[in-house]
Order: sequence, then C-alpha cells, then structure tokens
Amino acid sequence: MRPAEETAVPVAGAGGDAGAARDRRGRPAILATGLVVAVGVLALTAMASVALGARGVSFGTVIDAFLAPDGSNDHTVIRELRVPRTLLGIGVGATLGLAGALMQSLTRNPLADPGLLGINEGAALGVTLALGLFGLSDPAVYVWFAFGGAALASAAVYALASSGRSGSSPVRLTLAGVAFGMVCTAIASAILRMDSQTFDRMRFWLTGSLAGQTADTLVRLAPFMAAGLVLGLMLARPLNTLALGDDAGKALGVAVNRTRILTGVAVTLLCGAATAAAGPLWFVGLIVPHAVRAVVGPDQRWVLPYSALAAPVLLLAADVAGRLIARPGEVQVGIVWAVIGPPIFIMLARRRRVAAL
Amino acid sequence: MATAPAKGSPQMASRLSGTSLTLAYDQRVVAADLNVSIPDESFTVIIGPNACGKSTLLRALARMLKPRTGAVHLDGSVITALPSKEVARRLGLLPQTSIVPDGITVADLVARGRYPHQRLMRQWSRADERAVSEAMRATDVTELGDRIVDELSGGQRQRVWLAMALAQETPILLLDEPTTFLDISHQIEVLDLCADLHEAGRTMVAVLHDLNQACRYATHLIVMRGGEIVAEGEPRDVVTPELVRQVFDLRCEIIQDPQTATPLIVPEARRRVTASA
Repeated sequence: MRPAEETAVPVAGAGGDAGAARDRRGRPAILATGLVVAVGVLALTAMASVALGARGVSFGTVIDAFLAPDGSNDHTVIRELRVPRTLLGIGVGATLGLAGALMQSLTRNPLADPGLLGINEGAALGVTLALGLFGLSDPAVYVWFAFGGAALASAAVYALASSGRSGSSPVRLTLAGVAFGMVCTAIASAILRMDSQTFDRMRFWLTGSLAGQTADTLVRLAPFMAAGLVLGLMLARPLNTLALGDDAGKALGVAVNRTRILTGVAVTLLCGAATAAAGPLWFVGLIVPHAVRAVVGPDQRWVLPYSALAAPVLLLAADVAGRLIARPGEVQVGIVWAVIGPPIFIMLARRRRVAAL
Repeated sequence: MATAPAKGSPQMASRLSGTSLTLAYDQRVVAADLNVSIPDESFTVIIGPNACGKSTLLRALARMLKPRTGAVHLDGSVITALPSKEVARRLGLLPQTSIVPDGITVADLVARGRYPHQRLMRQWSRADERAVSEAMRATDVTELGDRIVDELSGGQRQRVWLAMALAQETPILLLDEPTTFLDISHQIEVLDLCADLHEAGRTMVAVLHDLNQACRYATHLIVMRGGEIVAEGEPRDVVTPELVRQVFDLRCEIIQDPQTATPLIVPEARRRVTASA
C-alpha cells in the first residue's frame, strides 16, 4: 500500500471542512484542530518510514528495537539507519515546505520554489565546492558553503529577473532561477567529474536523497534548521500585510526592507541546511504551499505552519515509496519527486491563474 | 461638523505638513521647494492636471517617497524618523493600487488593517474586533464579511479597502485617487463615505481628478500645476475661471452647484447649440 495515499487523505479532509465553514469565529478553531491532525499524520508517516523499507521488518521487531534493542541486524538497521533517515526527512521536508511558502509570499509569485529559483542548486554548488575542492567533510562546516551558495543564488536570480525595464514578473523570476540553477548544476557536475572519488560519494546526494546521512549530520544541521523555522514562522504577520502590496504594507507600518531581508535570511538558512542534508530537491517547496493555500486560504499565519507540517509528510511518503517500489534496491526521493512533481506542477499551472497571488 | 480655519491663516493647526520638499523619482525631479500644511480636521483635496505631482506629494506626505530635500512633519517630528508602526497608528493611506491576496475574505482583509496595533505576543484583542466591525459597518460591508474579495464589484471592493484603512483607526487618512476606475454612482458613494468620515472628525486628504467633485467635497483645496502649488484654500474662494484656465488650459464658466452651492465648472463649448441665458 502506498503511504502517500493513506496519509494525504486526513489532511485534505480536515482542510475541506475548514473551507466549507463560513463562520468566521469557528474557522480558527477548525484550522487549529487541523494543525493537530497534521502533527498526528506526520507521526504516523514517520512510523511508516521507520517500519517499512527494502528490508522487511515486522512491526513487533520495530517496537523491540526501541524498547529492548538486542544489537541484532534488524535493530541496528532501524536504530542507526531508518530513524536518523526519518528524522532527516522530517527536518528537510519542514524546511523546504516553509522555505517555499515564504518565497511564494515574499515574491508574490506562485511559482517560487527553492529548487525552481536556483537557490537549492546554489547551495548544492557550495557543498560540492566544500567537499570536492576543499575536502571539508564536517556538515557543520560545509553547511556554511551551502548558505553562501543559497544567498548568492537568491541575490543573483533576483537581480537577473528584475533587471531591464519591465521589472520582475513570476515568469521572468522562474526563467532566471531555472537558468541560474542549471549553471550551478553544470559547474558542480564539472567539479565532480574531475574527481571520481568525490563523485561516487556525492552522486546520490546530488539527485536528492535522504539516505546515506548519519545521525551526526542531523545533529549538526538541526540548529540551523530550527533557527530558520522559528524565524520563518515569526514573519507570518508582516508577510500577510506586505501581501497587500508594498505601499499598503508600508502604510500599515511594515518595515518593508527589514521584512525582505529577514525572509531572505530565513530562506537561506532553510534551503542551505536542507540542501546540505539531502541535496537539491525540487517541487516539494512549490507544490506543498500551493496545496496548503487552496485548503487554508491566504493567511500566512496558517499557510506557513501547515506547509512546514505537510511537506515532511509528502517527502517521507515519497521516500518510503522509493524504498518499496525497487526492492531490494531503492529509488532516491529526489527521483521519486521528479516523477510525481512535474505532473502536479503542470496541473497547478493549468488550473490556476499563475500570475495571481 | 468641524469648521475649516480661515484660508491662509498662519495660525491654522496642522499635524501634517511638508517644508521645502524636493520630490524626485530617480533622476526626474517632480516638484521643488514645496511647502504644504494639511489643516486639522479638514477634507483636503489635491487637484491638478496629469503629471502635476499631486500623487507624488501625497506619497511624500504618507512617507511612501522620501523627499530629496526638506522634510514631512507629523505632530512636530520628522515622519521618517518615527517608527513605522507608530506613524501607522496616526496616519493611514489608501494607495492607488493594492493587491488582493487570492481567496481572501472581506473580513480577513479588513482585519489586516489592525497590523500597526498588534504585537508578536499580543495578537488579536477585543479592541481589534471592535475596530474591524465598526469599520465594516461604516463602509456598509458588514453583509459582505464572508465573501471573497476577488468576486466583488469595483465599488464594493473600494469600500472594502476603505474599511481596511478605517480599521487602522488613524486620525488622518490619505487617499490616492480613491474614485479612479469607478463608475459615477460608485464615485459619489465613495466620496459621500469620505465626507461622513470627515464629519466624524477625521482629517481626510485625497487626490482627485474631477474638479467639480473636488469643489463639492473639499473644505480645503490644493491646486497644483507643474510641481507647484498654484492656489490653496476653500473651493469657493479659490476656483475662478482664470485659475482653471491657468491650471488646466481650459476656458470655462463657473456657476453655482444647485445642490451644494459650491463652484461648478462648465467648460466652454466650441459651438453653442443654444444661446445661453
């Protein structure tokens, strides 16, 4: 059974009720309940991610692995591979989901996605430089290269898109992002081709994968993810106000530049840490906030936390699916997303007025 | 109703004023050395031909545009030196163009006007609730509360934006061409609403296109041309055929508005069909 289907339903169900509710006073209560449900769904997905995999392990063995670990092979797989992998999936999913939602809100561009706008590719180039050229292997060190790459990419893409007379439009921003992302990927590939050892180590990472990272990586990247999540969630209200336009936002007392810069910092932290952990992932940050907005409406105070909760559910589900469809091997989550992402993306682009946000 | 101070009186009280303003976009200077005071509790209307700098002046007064030289003062302080939220509790602006977030309801949009009164730790209070429902009642959009803003007519939508600006609860409210894109009945509806808000004690400042509407609603008129203030004062004292000719390059006759006794501009016809009385 595909967990993606099992898990997607309760979230949509709770949201559907919220959309139908016309009573303004009742709506926050329903949305808050929905958040609790989303946490529960995430917990269930996490359990599935720990229990299911290329190696068949019974549910009893999974429980035992936590309560009474006996050092057996199964227990080791669960405790040292699947649990860190699952926690990494939660961290990466939450950061990418929130980063996508923040970017879409800040740029008022429904096509904004850390992967599509080249930010994850910039971060990946930073990591490739750190690992491939400088031989740095401590995640807490090379994450700074990821931040550098992400920050540079956001600045470059934004400048590229807003140059010229017509200014920045959703389409220009996306084109600039895709082009810049390709350049970054090409340079990263070139560096890796020069060094076959690094290439072997990094080629799975480069397609986006939750596997192959240790608990240590997670521990070292978690503070950056947490900082990005807290900062991002705190920006909901100024972003809500800025959504009415720069003039209206400023008239209502939003410090426009400060809000932009802080959002940029949050996105850099989130994308840099996520890419350092799992490689450049596309579409997660694009599709999740889209779907969330369709359910909870345009209020960022709900869009941001819902995106941060729904994205890891989908990322973990895709990861588990990747483990199950190619048994005893596995398909990296980046490839699974590359298969399911574009059709959803095309559907969204066709169904909605893309320019409107 | 608040009485407008005598025109040109140097003692007139003014919380919002600009001194020696040079206003420019990039390299293009729109206005130089402007001095302007908005009389307290007035309904001030800024008027002038296209590209005369009227919207630019309003944007400067609302701190949307930083003057190249000179300064805008609010309650005696330089406006850009005050914290932005602090200004937003005293002075509101309805910009010419705003963005309606996809799928937002009327009530949610109006509620966003409460931003300057909220803190990270003190988010939604009874005062916010009261301000929002009062703003919606004043603009007659209470019934539309649960409707999606995108689906409303232009006139309704403008009332919703006004409600949002009202929920901000500022004693001074600036409006940048609030009647553009509206048909005549909705224009009058919005202006009547502004007049009500003015009578309730607010200082209103609006940029308008229509000289007759300006004459009818303004208690204080600022007439601009080519980045300069040409005339200032009560419409009946200021608006003359000479001024209209000088400012708008239009020959006209001025009669009394039969409804309000304010000046009514009748442009000269090229060919008279019937002899005038």
